[in-house]
Amino acid sequence: SFLPERSNLAGVRHILLVLSGKGGVGKSTISTELALALRHSGKKVGILDVDLCGPSIPRMFRVQDNDVHQCDSGWVPVFVDQDKSISLMSIGFLLEKPDDAVVWRGPKKNALIKQFVADVAWGDMDFLIVDTPPGTSDEHISTVEALRPYKPLGAILVTTPQAVSVGDVRRELTFCKKTGLRVLGIVENMSGFVCPHCAACTNIFSKGGGEELARHAGVPFLGCVPLDPQLSQSLEEGRDFIQEFPKSSAFAALAHIAQQILDGTSQPSS
Amino acid sequence: SSGSRGEALKEKRTQILSRGLPKQKPIEGVKQVVVLASGKGGVGKSTTAVNIALALAANDSTKEVGLLDADIYGPSIPKMMNLKGNPELTPKKLMRPLKNYGIACMSMGFLIEETAPVVWRGLMVMSAVEKLLRQVDWGQLDYLVIDMPPGTGDVQLSVSQNIPIAGAVIISTPQDVALLDARKGAEMFRKVHVPVLGLVQNMSVFQCPKCKHETHIFGADGVRDLAKTLGLDILGDIPLHVNIRETCDSGQPVVVSQPQSDAAKAYLKIAMEIVRRLPVPPA
Repeated sequence: SFLPERSNLAGVRHILLVLSGKGGVGKSTISTELALALRHSGKKVGILDVDLCGPSIPRMFRVQDNDVHQCDSGWVPVFVDQDKSISLMSIGFLLEKPDDAVVWRGPKKNALIKQFVADVAWGDMDFLIVDTPPGTSDEHISTVEALRPYKPLGAILVTTPQAVSVGDVRRELTFCKKTGLRVLGIVENMSGFVCPHCAACTNIFSKGGGEELARHAGVPFLGCVPLDPQLSQSLEEGRDFIQEFPKSSAFAALAHIAQQILDGTSQPSS
Repeated sequence: SSGSRGEALKEKRTQILSRGLPKQKPIEGVKQVVVLASGKGGVGKSTTAVNIALALAANDSTKEVGLLDADIYGPSIPKMMNLKGNPELTPKKLMRPLKNYGIACMSMGFLIEETAPVVWRGLMVMSAVEKLLRQVDWGQLDYLVIDMPPGTGDVQLSVSQNIPIAGAVIISTPQDVALLDARKGAEMFRKVHVPVLGLVQNMSVFQCPKCKHETHIFGADGVRDLAKTLGLDILGDIPLHVNIRETCDSGQPVVVSQPQSDAAKAYLKIAMEIVRRLPVPPA
């Protein structure tokens, strides 16, 4: 019978999901930056990318051409560098060509997600971040079901400030409630753009929607992350934003989010 | 002989494999279907779909245009078109689309509570999409614009297998991760034999309203390069203007509320390019 203590996730101390409901709000970006920030605090981190149609994670670490190898306990996750402090698993590594489209219906997606949860030899790590696609569909249902025995820490919900995003994230909050997933907090991403030339701030995608949603729903607000071209650029190039751009506008916000996660886990678990 | 037996076997195999697949049938009254897709979420499909539908009508007032929001999980069209409420049923038990600015609209958003998530597996989604396609009294439409959800899964497959599509338009922002997904989106349409009319580059450049300095927040020219690689045309370029998002948030899309703006002009041009590339509509 099934024993979580003997499974591939036995050595993972905390599992957290990054959800949204809305597409393109920065789930993968936040997952990546959170992993980098936690690494800089000395933690070992993994990212499980369950976005089967649009796997963005490998590219954000510039390891999209890497292959996945097998070992006795299953698949070996891809390490980002020699340090082996960040490891990744994504369908992106399993495709013949990185541009191959995955046009699958639900049951096939579910089967792969179950494998990703059970058959990846993560080893010992402090945090496993699960990056999800937009929506509340097969991938989400299967992921939450598959992770349930391992008691995930909870979910971070990412939104942009505008009304259509907040609407979708409000639905995602209901999804979390229905599935018994604790909400660690809401991140308001792409919150304002400061012109590099004259420092005027334009709220391209509006402002405050995420914060208001958090207040309305009674969940913690983890912070606003501004639109930062240096952040977009460092992701395109697979660079370590946290290390290389500490003075950039998004840095403080991202570091603060990571700190709140760390603070949340340093308390003795109930 | 083994030759004809081989042929008979091949035909039997094709027959078995296609059992259970929906038969492709046009929607009654709808002349041409144009789908807007991306692969990537959050690149502006709904914003563009709404403005393109309005632009098609604005460019030619004799055309009747409908808008179908196929994003079951995150339906944005009701908010953007300032429409609310459950659809009425016709005597034939079809759903009557809600209309605003002259565009007939249907969305999952009209069928569920605003705060209720749709937590469904693929099979239920297929049946919902079928209802949104077939159980709506569209009337006589020249164009039905379908706003697809992100991804390359059940909804996209169901729509392309169910109805003939005159053309697909793929929207992307200039970032690498968006382009990668756009490419997958294009490949998906190739697999299901839907012609791709071209790409639209969205959120291409931001101009500071104060000092007019231009910043390429999401990168530059990526969509042009992708178009070249895939041998597709760029139908248009839409800049990152605050008024596009503001007007959609308030349910007054820029094509109707600020028709003289650069943004509206960009959408009108793209609508024109779409019509140019569509086959001659059936009589």
